Amino acid sequence: MTATQAPAGTGRVKASTRRPWTPSQIVLTLLGVAVSAVWVAPLAWALFTSLKSETEAVEVPPHWLPEVWTAQAWKAIFDTGNITDWFVNSLVVSVCVTTIVLVVSALAGYGFARTEFRGKGALMGLVMAGLMVSPAVLGVPLFTTVQQMGMVDTYWGMILPQCAPAAMVYILYKFFQGIPRELEEAAFIDGAGRWRVFFTIIVPLSRPSLSAVGIFTFIASWNNFLWPYMVTNNPDLMTMPNGIATVMNSYGIQWAQLMAGGLMAGLPLIIVFVFFQRQIVAGVAHTGLAGQ
Amino acid sequence: MTTTTPGAALTPASKSLRTLSAGDTDSLRARTGRRLQHGGWFVAPFLVLFALFVLWPVLRGVYLSFTDANISGTGEHFIGIDNYREALNDPVVWESLGHSAYFTLLVVPCITVLAFLMAMLAHHIERAKWLWRLCFFAPFLLPSTVAANLWQWLFNPGTGMINYVFGIDTAWLTDKSYAMLAIVICTLWWTVGFSFLLYLAALQSIPDHLYEAARLDGANAWHRMVHITLPMLRNITGLVIALQILASLQVFDQAVVMQDFGTGPENSTRTFVQYTLEEGFTTYRVGYASAISIIFFVIIAAVALARMWLLRNREEGAR
Repeated sequence: MTATQAPAGTGRVKASTRRPWTPSQIVLTLLGVAVSAVWVAPLAWALFTSLKSETEAVEVPPHWLPEVWTAQAWKAIFDTGNITDWFVNSLVVSVCVTTIVLVVSALAGYGFARTEFRGKGALMGLVMAGLMVSPAVLGVPLFTTVQQMGMVDTYWGMILPQCAPAAMVYILYKFFQGIPRELEEAAFIDGAGRWRVFFTIIVPLSRPSLSAVGIFTFIASWNNFLWPYMVTNNPDLMTMPNGIATVMNSYGIQWAQLMAGGLMAGLPLIIVFVFFQRQIVAGVAHTGLAGQ
Repeated sequence: MTTTTPGAALTPASKSLRTLSAGDTDSLRARTGRRLQHGGWFVAPFLVLFALFVLWPVLRGVYLSFTDANISGTGEHFIGIDNYREALNDPVVWESLGHSAYFTLLVVPCITVLAFLMAMLAHHIERAKWLWRLCFFAPFLLPSTVAANLWQWLFNPGTGMINYVFGIDTAWLTDKSYAMLAIVICTLWWTVGFSFLLYLAALQSIPDHLYEAARLDGANAWHRMVHITLPMLRNITGLVIALQILASLQVFDQAVVMQDFGTGPENSTRTFVQYTLEEGFTTYRVGYASAISIIFFVIIAAVALARMWLLRNREEGAR
């Protein structure tokens, strides 16, 4: 906009007319750099530790950079442990949970928002009450339920209890309520059925909300520790957070390996975040703000 | 809106229009009416999962809490309210509840203030906005156990970076007065990113014209923050505090991992969730574990209901 006013001179002039370095901006940016450094330092420390040998990792006093850079720890976790199994398990569980949650909560959100059936009000009340239940609150009864179903130490036992999130139904319910009814009614007049309206009109319109729910569910499921920890003891079935916390912690901690494993659990999401930052930020904010 | 109709001259025309459109919508209703009956099918898949993994465990928990069930899941006897009576007299129940409450009391105010300040910073720096978001939010993407292991490593005496960088000699993980503090610091670092994003989204949704108007009236930056930003953030602050209270009371992962699945120095980091799981899975007293879980559920529900009540009161007050 202001480019026309700026003298058609050097690029530096243009840049500075766009964003002047005022004293307050300088102070704020320096502050931002300082806080960011503090926030990133632990991650950097994990990375550097993972690139040291086990003996160098526990040297006193500690030093930031490895004196000898080595991928020993990374090689070791792949050679000896079952970290690749855990990674695959995490992926399977998170993908299944995300898919099921998306389908089930989109359908239910739409059903509650736009259709009528007997007992709807009471059911909605129950779902709202369900917001307060989590494995942390009622872990033991949930475990005995899953035990009754014979699903302890199975994939389904890990997946299904994560697939009834009242919160996601509520978020999509709120969103579907905001879609103008006229859009649907036009389609009904043309003879389309409920299901067709849902798939051809509602779903395409709600892509941002659905991706928000999907992203949030995937992060929560990938990072879920408590429920997989309760429901499985089998090292072959464990997920990343679970395997790292229990198995890798059990035979005398090898810090370099533990940090390498931790980064392997955390890095996929962080890398995805770098590329899809806008969507993820919108997704997390959207799901969080829906609680207002 | 339409309570007072201006000009009677308009009435006949609008009336005829209305009857016409009413006839139209009636036939539309009749046609869609049949389809609406199917509404239940949309909700059915969710309700099945919800009934199996939320409702049933709650009911089962209530039932088990009146029995002496063990982990095998067979042969339990009804013992009335014995479990509840025992729970009220169990010092560990109160102690672990106190630890969870203490943790909550430390975490919630710190996270709220920190998230707000970080959001203000990220919102007002004009350059490289993505970088600040990335740095502040990245820890939240780690699994809780990884964050906990990392801080266990940072707090490690001797080889740990914290003591080295600050030139101190604190036994963070093994001294009773620091163990919970270490867990709090880890939690702040790990989860502040979520509340930070909520604040950032709220800041971005405050309309610019409010600030412009204030500037024209001669308000300085401080006045603009106190009289525009803070009031506009009241709702989001309520949300952040409520979500954090609920999440913090349920603390478990970080606490157990940082203490190698133990209960910390002199049991000082044993949280309530950890105690319920100990009773259920270590001593196999499922009935008793269910009873204390139900007590915990009531506490959580009370917090959630208190928030709803506050929200409703405020809405009514605003009206």
